[in-house]
Amino acid sequence: MSGDHTSHPGRHRLGEPRWVRWSLIGFTVVSLALLLLLPLVSIFSEALARGFGAFAESFSDPAARSAMRLTLLVAAIAVPANVAFGICAAWAIARFDFRGKTLLTALIDLPLAVSPVVSGLVYVLLFGLQGWLGPFLARHDIQIIFAVPGIVLATIFVTFPYVARELIPVMEEQGREQEEAARLLGAGGWQILWRVTLPRVKWALLHGVVLCNARAMGEFGAVSVVSGHIRGKTNTLPLHVEILYNEYNTVAAFAVASSLAILALVTLVLKTWVERRAERAQEEAARLEDQAGREEVVYAHHA
Amino acid sequence: MALIRQRTVLPGFGLTFGITVTYLGLIVLLPLSALLVKASGLGLGGLWHTISEPRVVASLELSFLAALLAAVINLFLGLAVAWTLVRYRFPGRRLLDAAIDLPFALPTAVSGLALTALLAGNGWVGRYLEAIGLHAAFTRGGVVIALVFIGLPFMVRTAQPAIADLDRETEEAAASLGASRWQTFRRVLLPALVPACATGFALAFARALGEYGSVVFISGNMPGKTEIAAVLIVGKLEQYDYAGAAAIAIVMLVVSFLMLVTINLLQRWAGHRRQEATS
Amino acid sequence: MPITLERLSKRFGRFAALDDVSLTIEDGELLALLGPSGSGKTTLLRILAGLDVPDAGSGPVDFGDGGDRADERRVGFVFQHYALFQHMTVFDNVAFGLTVRPRRVRPEREEIHDRVHKLLRLVQLDALAHRYPNQLSGGQRQRVALARALAVEPRVLLLDEPFGALDARVRKELRAWLRRLHAEIGVTSVLVTHDQEEALEVADRVVVMNQGRIEQVGTPDEVFHHPASEFVMSFLGDVNRFHGRISNGKVQVEELGAAVPLEATSASADGVNARVFMRPHDLTVARDDDGAGQPSFSATIVRVNAAGPSVRIELENAAGGALHATLSADELARDQLAVGDRVQVTPRRMRVFTDPTPVGTDGKGGA
Repeated sequence: MSGDHTSHPGRHRLGEPRWVRWSLIGFTVVSLALLLLLPLVSIFSEALARGFGAFAESFSDPAARSAMRLTLLVAAIAVPANVAFGICAAWAIARFDFRGKTLLTALIDLPLAVSPVVSGLVYVLLFGLQGWLGPFLARHDIQIIFAVPGIVLATIFVTFPYVARELIPVMEEQGREQEEAARLLGAGGWQILWRVTLPRVKWALLHGVVLCNARAMGEFGAVSVVSGHIRGKTNTLPLHVEILYNEYNTVAAFAVASSLAILALVTLVLKTWVERRAERAQEEAARLEDQAGREEVVYAHHA
Repeated sequence: MALIRQRTVLPGFGLTFGITVTYLGLIVLLPLSALLVKASGLGLGGLWHTISEPRVVASLELSFLAALLAAVINLFLGLAVAWTLVRYRFPGRRLLDAAIDLPFALPTAVSGLALTALLAGNGWVGRYLEAIGLHAAFTRGGVVIALVFIGLPFMVRTAQPAIADLDRETEEAAASLGASRWQTFRRVLLPALVPACATGFALAFARALGEYGSVVFISGNMPGKTEIAAVLIVGKLEQYDYAGAAAIAIVMLVVSFLMLVTINLLQRWAGHRRQEATS
Repeated sequence: MPITLERLSKRFGRFAALDDVSLTIEDGELLALLGPSGSGKTTLLRILAGLDVPDAGSGPVDFGDGGDRADERRVGFVFQHYALFQHMTVFDNVAFGLTVRPRRVRPEREEIHDRVHKLLRLVQLDALAHRYPNQLSGGQRQRVALARALAVEPRVLLLDEPFGALDARVRKELRAWLRRLHAEIGVTSVLVTHDQEEALEVADRVVVMNQGRIEQVGTPDEVFHHPASEFVMSFLGDVNRFHGRISNGKVQVEELGAAVPLEATSASADGVNARVFMRPHDLTVARDDDGAGQPSFSATIVRVNAAGPSVRIELENAAGGALHATLSADELARDQLAVGDRVQVTPRRMRVFTDPTPVGTDGKGGA
């Protein structure tokens, strides 16, 4: 390249011209502010539009309270169930070779590709009055659709991939040797899982739990289809937001929405924290290995 | 166990495999087969009849085209944003980087509500748009904007690692051979990013196709105009037209499968490219 | 009590890792499984450990799918890449095998403490008991892995290329150290390696393997000086190799322009192909024929490399073939050999291997 590029102190020889860089930065900041931050801010702004009093009132409403309880209940069931599933699936897939592994992995990915409405629909078609098992359930007076069990099932459907998809690649990368060594030393299955495997994947596990929980508490489409929107009984927080909005109770709708937005922010914070810790743990390990390797060479030369 | 190709010393295959398969069977396969059974009850003729209803066709068209347009917008927007976040340092970069995941973490109903409030005639952004004669809320444009919102993280998070992995040496080689920065970008860097971009595009597209929560508020759900397929399914359910709902759902499911396969292949392609580059 | 393996076979897909292998491991010996990659040595070791299961044949230890516990099994395994538990300290790693025992068989905490420290002193790492594996060098990690395997008092200690991932210098030191350790503890040990120097230096007996079969079993001396097959001969140590054909009861080696005597046990049909092997240090290089009537041939010195404990000479013979010889510095000085000199090369020892009866479809006899 011609010499004038190198003589410019502000110009990185291998970079875009300054104006390009700053336009891109400006563009990014503006578009992200408009697209992401503005909606977030507007939620809180609308929620507080009639003052803090109206904001707080929205939460003392019994319907809102029961929606909160239901949301927490659903998450409290779905997340642990999916963690257990995730660990089982990751153990089977990452530690053994068998036919049909690809199919299994594809099935685990499926809920992520399917529309949430379809996810709810399949449960209505299975358990609904006109569904496959509908008559059977009616006879035994069991209610799944338009009741809490249906909501729990639909939530499990849309959230179970998250934990498994975090654990599987990590465990595959880590390899079997440490578990094999533990087995040869006499450890039983649970001991291996508890003392060798889980400590190694803890950040991936935590990451998956954070994502799974966020989705479980915030799921709208699938739950909307199976819940029947029965106020005070089968409404989760997101559904309650919709009801309030449809009743033109804007402030209350945004107030409840803001609690979910806070949940989302907490999720982001936790997620970033977990990612940083995981990254740091890796860097630390690599640094120590480097150091130990250099020490060894020195030692060898001095011996 | 005839299933295992190689017997190993590690315990627990039977238990974990069994639990995994049972869980998947009950949670995924059983409900899905209920859908298949219901849809097949219609027969191919009935299926076609339902799907070719003008309202259904309009909704499928809207879902598809809006998702496509949103994915294209996300392709350019996401690439630009990803590039900026990876390559440049500026105040607030870390904050913005973390904020990328916001549409992913935020419940869809909340996003939908917020976007509607913003873009409605009296909203913070809507009022300026109205002033220049553009309507966003309750139009197809609004649908596209909502889909851009929820698709952005997929594009950015897929592009970022690929950009970070770009081989500095090939860049330097191109520069030393006399290429201008734009030429280097267009002929050396961009081609290397194609697999990641394709994957991000597919992910954003797949997500947008089935999106419900963020769109249902802002679109106004006018049949034939701003009604997406997902909303129509809910509508048919509310009228107890289970068969109709199942028919549309099958179409969406088939497309989802295809997208899943495509994305998997794209990811493998992207993975190969990376291996070749680093070996 | 010796460990007997009978007629083990194992395939991975179409690849035969082990083909009808039988072996007896004597009590207390240090046995080396030596061979190139793909020879089956690691597969054999893993079958001994119970990490893999043979398709046919009987091994001594039989692991069910998650059944038996440590007290019954008692195999110690040292992995090539250590497989230490990264998130546990050195102490916890070594104690692991003891702490996972079921309650009724588990030793008391103080006893575990004592045993672990005793082992750590044995491997000279007692001071590092509270460090984590990624704070240790490769050699230190391998010693921890060894201590961990020994903690459960195994019947058999199995080592899978234990020094393969280490610096050459560290490897040499650990080899000697392992030899001393084995002498002190006396546990039956099986070591897998592709490094023939390592096997010959460390082991009581060496098992040379190739393509899933055992080529020879013997002491280091036996396999080196009395190789049973071409493969063993060429795999161990340096070798010069020539082609020849049997004619009139001798092997005509065209490249050397000489005939060498046939070994007594070889097939002696005329026209059969043969290969002649000579080790560089078995060649006498002198200005003239020493007149003892040994077959010798002439060659020209092409290069002399005197940097090192012995002198390495590269020669070119009459037919243009290359060969090399190893001499001591004294021998070089005595005759004042230099590049360009024409010399007589007399092999003091050599081995001749002939083709088996005319080439059949299984094509044995080549590497």
